[in-house]
Amino acid sequence: MQEIVIKTDKLTKRFGDFTAVSEITFDVYKGEIFGFLGANGAGKTTAMRMLIGLSKPTSGSATVAGFDVYKQTENIKKNIGYMSQKFSLYEDLTVLENIIFYGGIYGLGNAQIKTKSDELIAGLGLQNEARKLVASLPLGWKQKLSFSVALLHEPKIVFLDEPTGGVDPVTRRQFWDLIYAASDNGITIFVTTHYMDEAEYCNRISIMVDGKIEALDSPENLKKQFNTGSMDDVFYELARGAKRVE
Amino acid sequence: MNWQEARRGWNNFKIMKQFIAFVKKEFYHVLRDKRTLLILFGMPVMQILIFGFALTNEVKNAKILIVDHAKDISSQKIISEIAAGKYFKIEKVISDDKQIEPAFKKGVIHVAIVFPANFHQDLMHLNKTQIQIIADASDPNLATTLTNYISAIIKDYQSGLNKTFSVPFQIIPDVRMLYNPQLKGASNFVPGVMALVLLLVCVLMTAISIVKEKETGTMEILLVSPFKPVLVILAKAVPYLLVSLINLASILLLSVYVLGVPINGSLLLLFAESTLFIITCLTLGIFISIKTNTQQAAMLVSLMGMLLPTVLFSGFMFPIENMPVALQIFSNIVPSKWYYIIVKSIMIKGVGFSVIWKETLILAAIMVFLFFLSLKSFKIRMQ
Repeated sequence: MQEIVIKTDKLTKRFGDFTAVSEITFDVYKGEIFGFLGANGAGKTTAMRMLIGLSKPTSGSATVAGFDVYKQTENIKKNIGYMSQKFSLYEDLTVLENIIFYGGIYGLGNAQIKTKSDELIAGLGLQNEARKLVASLPLGWKQKLSFSVALLHEPKIVFLDEPTGGVDPVTRRQFWDLIYAASDNGITIFVTTHYMDEAEYCNRISIMVDGKIEALDSPENLKKQFNTGSMDDVFYELARGAKRVE
Repeated sequence: MNWQEARRGWNNFKIMKQFIAFVKKEFYHVLRDKRTLLILFGMPVMQILIFGFALTNEVKNAKILIVDHAKDISSQKIISEIAAGKYFKIEKVISDDKQIEPAFKKGVIHVAIVFPANFHQDLMHLNKTQIQIIADASDPNLATTLTNYISAIIKDYQSGLNKTFSVPFQIIPDVRMLYNPQLKGASNFVPGVMALVLLLVCVLMTAISIVKEKETGTMEILLVSPFKPVLVILAKAVPYLLVSLINLASILLLSVYVLGVPINGSLLLLFAESTLFIITCLTLGIFISIKTNTQQAAMLVSLMGMLLPTVLFSGFMFPIENMPVALQIFSNIVPSKWYYIIVKSIMIKGVGFSVIWKETLILAAIMVFLFFLSLKSFKIRMQ
């Protein structure tokens, strides 16, 4: 039996009359790469915001890293990392200053920050750039850096919200290498994406349509289930039934 | 000390450390942006100098009416002194009080002086006499300047007499301001500039710096971190509090040493009241940043919503007394109005806290109101 790190049961979010997320139920296992797919406006971001403690669910239940999303958001926040689709480091700070800052607000000690930042900079091969402003780095490096910063405090789960938007294919590949490495270390990855080739990299994926989860399985099984050779077709098959258009 | 207390102490220490890490980051932001830095520290200096030198109107050929009931040596001497200078052009020398008012109403003259009968005699025998100076204070700046010139001329004459005679002579100028007797309005701009600069730095800069994090997406990262959202906001305000205090000091230094505007009251009280105003402005900046999502919107709201009312309704450029009642009532909710009154009272009139406690209380009330309003709308956003 695998250890469950995220568990939702009929998790729902309504904004007035509008049901953004409707009774979603799923489990995510420790160390897996869980792809969270859906067209724009399908409710991915809202669902994710509930899990990371930015938004209170309307009904249903969920636990993240064993903590309740209604009452224990403080504990959840200590155990997760997050990287948004917008680039999330400070451009007017150096690489090192960014690392020290994030280490600082996650409450790491000075010695710990020192070891962690040395490790991180060496791991990314940024020794020569450590004291340069982040603004001067190419986008691909920035993305890799912000992923590494999201792992700084050794979270159990990392939430990635369309992390590779606007990045070239080579860098995307390298980025996924980092994700695999993290997953091998037992960190659970919860990732939303638009790219179907990326969906193939995931252990399991869920596809949301109009606020509901319409499919949830490994990419191979889904392709079999929809009797097609590519994830693109699976996604299109499900998403074209959507009534919500953004 | 039991275990729980120790734990709480450790937690507080940890939060403090997080807070310091955040404030440090904020200082990097402020210090690295050279353009903002220039605005932050250059603007107060520029404003003081512009207001100080461009707006001091040195008057030439102001029209003066002289009512001479005395027609003696002293009055003649003073009149010829006035005529000799470049400041005044004598419109008429008459001996009828009734012509003064019509002349003012028609706008033919800016200022009038009245020598009483027996001017010289009183001066010689009683060693003391009076002279009346009446100015059209609908332009308060001009009125002050003119009466100051005349007073100076009279003082010169008086000290000339005191050199030749051993008894001290005294001519007491009795200055009357017509139409705007207390010279409220532009009588002094330093308190106005202080309000303006602190407002700009605290409201505008704070609002922009918070909204910027929303725009770039770093705010989300911060909200997902265990760092308390309220602390994010507080940490953002700290550098601007410090910058404001530095600005305050530089404005005061400039006004005392360059413009010669003295600080008559307590410096400590002035700084304490200014800190209250700064915190009010910071809260306002925070409130704007919660309500807006782009830097442009934050800037527009700050400028239109705060800067304009400050210029219009603080009483620093336009006298509030002359406004329609509705606008007079509205002016009461503008924090800068109260701060302006407080600073003027401390700096110019040199009064203590007992005189300005009411204004202080109103300012504090506005601050508390804004604070809870921000807190409430911040919580709603978090839902």
